[in-house]
Amino acid sequence: MSDARQDVLAAVRRALGRGDGATPPSSGRAVPQVTGDTARHAPDGGPTRGPDGTPRGYRGPTGSAGQAADVDLLVDRLLDYRASVRRCSPDELPAVLAQELEGVPGVVVPAGLDRAWLADLDAAGVEVLVDDPAHPLSHAALDAVGAALTACRVAVAETGTIVLDGAPDQGRRVVTLLPDRHVCVVAHGQVVPGVPDAVALLGEHPERPLTWVSGPSATSDIELVRVEGVHGPRDLRVVLVG
Amino acid sequence: MSAVPLGMPGRRVPDGQVGRGPTVGRGRGDAAVHPLPATPPSDPLRWGPSFPEAAHETLADPQLRANLRRATRTIRDKRLAVTGELPDWEALRDAGAAVKADVMERLPELLVELEASVVARGGTVHWARDAAEANAIVVGIAQGHGVREVVKVKSMATQEIGLNEALADAGIEAVETDLAERIVQLAGDMPSHILVPAIHRNRAQIRDIFAAGMDDAPPDLTDDPHDLAMAARAHLRARFLRAEVAVSGANLAIADTGTVAVVESEGNGRMCLTLPRVLVTVMGIEKVLPTFRDLEVFLQLLPRSSTGERMNPYTSMWTGVTPGDGPQEFHLVLLDNGRTRALADDVGRQALHCIRCSACLNVCPVYERAGGHAYGSVYPGPIGAILTPQLLGVGDTGGPSGSHDPTASLPFASTLCGACYDACPVKIDIPSALVHLRERATHPGGAATPTPTTAAMRVAAVALGGGTRFRWAARGVSVAARLTGGRRLRRLPWPGSLWTAARDAPALPPRSFRDLWRRRGGRA
Ligand code: SF4
Repeated sequence: MSDARQDVLAAVRRALGRGDGATPPSSGRAVPQVTGDTARHAPDGGPTRGPDGTPRGYRGPTGSAGQAADVDLLVDRLLDYRASVRRCSPDELPAVLAQELEGVPGVVVPAGLDRAWLADLDAAGVEVLVDDPAHPLSHAALDAVGAALTACRVAVAETGTIVLDGAPDQGRRVVTLLPDRHVCVVAHGQVVPGVPDAVALLGEHPERPLTWVSGPSATSDIELVRVEGVHGPRDLRVVLVG
Repeated sequence: MSAVPLGMPGRRVPDGQVGRGPTVGRGRGDAAVHPLPATPPSDPLRWGPSFPEAAHETLADPQLRANLRRATRTIRDKRLAVTGELPDWEALRDAGAAVKADVMERLPELLVELEASVVARGGTVHWARDAAEANAIVVGIAQGHGVREVVKVKSMATQEIGLNEALADAGIEAVETDLAERIVQLAGDMPSHILVPAIHRNRAQIRDIFAAGMDDAPPDLTDDPHDLAMAARAHLRARFLRAEVAVSGANLAIADTGTVAVVESEGNGRMCLTLPRVLVTVMGIEKVLPTFRDLEVFLQLLPRSSTGERMNPYTSMWTGVTPGDGPQEFHLVLLDNGRTRALADDVGRQALHCIRCSACLNVCPVYERAGGHAYGSVYPGPIGAILTPQLLGVGDTGGPSGSHDPTASLPFASTLCGACYDACPVKIDIPSALVHLRERATHPGGAATPTPTTAAMRVAAVALGGGTRFRWAARGVSVAARLTGGRRLRRLPWPGSLWTAARDAPALPPRSFRDLWRRRGGRA
């Protein structure tokens, strides 16, 4: 039996008219074949092309973060997704978190979370479970705990998106998946205007497992009626600090 | 109401196969829940009669047509709202189109690079020439872990290869975890839309499907969508927690980092991609993207075009295996299954640029009236009309069954109105590809044999009949000009000539296509 890998790659090369023996170019992006409308509708003088040859005439990374207008836009987008949003100063954070976690028997936190954030939880009667990679909690334990509290890596204002990248203050992916409430702390300085800014930041550690969260889980599968909370946390609470 | 619902005539069930789907009783209201087809079709890319015949069945079902109309219009309006608010939407489309064209040009190198990146991060890469090979790989992995059940994320690629049936044949149950897919699966049905696969079912039907098919359905289950979703949550949570092997598709994979992404709404994807020990991802070879940076283009294009949201609730990305977090064994299956056949056609190749957003379905007047099942393939709508025949090689010398194939009529299942082209986030020129494939379909293997009998006119009569005015006529003129780069749309060989003759009529009178058809001595 011949090798599937070789056969598929040979079929691709044949389809491209290169013939089986052709040596593929080793690097560099081919000049895109821009056809039809793409070519005709290009701005005068042709689309802006990046060094890789792709026309990148769209708004790219801005390098800015924490702008007040972007923080406001993020709040607006999150509310549109029916997430709950609180804003507070760093000093107020422990008290606000205690309020956001009111009513749950316990909360799981990743091992790298700033412990100062938890200062008021004891008084509020919320038990804290720490998920330490060296001693990970079982799925059953995470399924039984009521809430998860984490930081995030970056938040995108324009789309109302929070991205977790598994750093020690965000924890394993399962930590924010099984509990029904996710309380996520976002610092103003983590809020970027658009998706390209977030991709540029995340590209510093592309190997980390990423979870992009935009509102609570939802489905519109039954007669297009939106139902919030199918499998992921039904209750997303964002606390903006700054 | 039709005795044979949903465009799924009984003869679509291959002879001699015994139904596995549950028999479900009548729902509230007039809509019965039909368990057809009782078995999945033997070929997910080609089932049932030709498009015109199947569309006849769909058109006779008022419930289905009302559901489709509502769904397509709702999603269409949402999409227009969220694409309209981006000042650089057209520039993003240009970038998406260019990246995809580049991917096709450099596909061999990018696949080798992706493989190396995934392997470097602890993953295993498999290559599959066809559906059978891909299925054997997945079945082998599941058997290697001794499991009887795998959890699945909705995936077009695994539907295309009939993976669930292959697993079932090996005694392994594949549990679909997307709500709509679970509905379809419990009903023993086929999806009718890429994005909302159960759009042909109403809430009363879904209640009955759950009551009959879920052993743990609450006895007092109502038909309220919230109750139904919560029943599915409880039903599936137990399966997520015990699953050891998950199977997913991929929306994209990044060659330079090995990062794979799944875009979803419900969180079932996160469950499958996080909880089990073993993850198997089946991905068409055309889904590779060159660089991590390209995410900034596709993570804007896809959600807005697909569900009409600024961003979908959840997107998961992983790169090989992350020690201590998520599956500790990751397999990526790279699937050809006809894709290189499509790649060889430099016009049809565009079909491989598709990011499966389903925008073209929601704007298509033929889809809205005929429904997804009429296309007889897991890929319905305009994209299905150009992708399915190419994956199968219809019209090629040595193609599976040449122009006698039911899918040979698919390129005719369109009015060429161009709405799909305008909606497509990666600017796939579906009308041009349709015209091109019509020529191929009418000249299989180069011989001028007009075998797809009057397909064009039959599609027109069926899909646009019933008194509907040919309101796309005026628009068609500009499309025709665009298709030919300013030249007049040339006449197609018969039977396509019937079509072009009608479309070229200088000013189509407000007369139904049915009338035109009759005047030509046809029979609707
Ligand atoms: S052809 Fe374009 S519009 Fe249609 S599903 Fe594919 S990407 Fe979306």
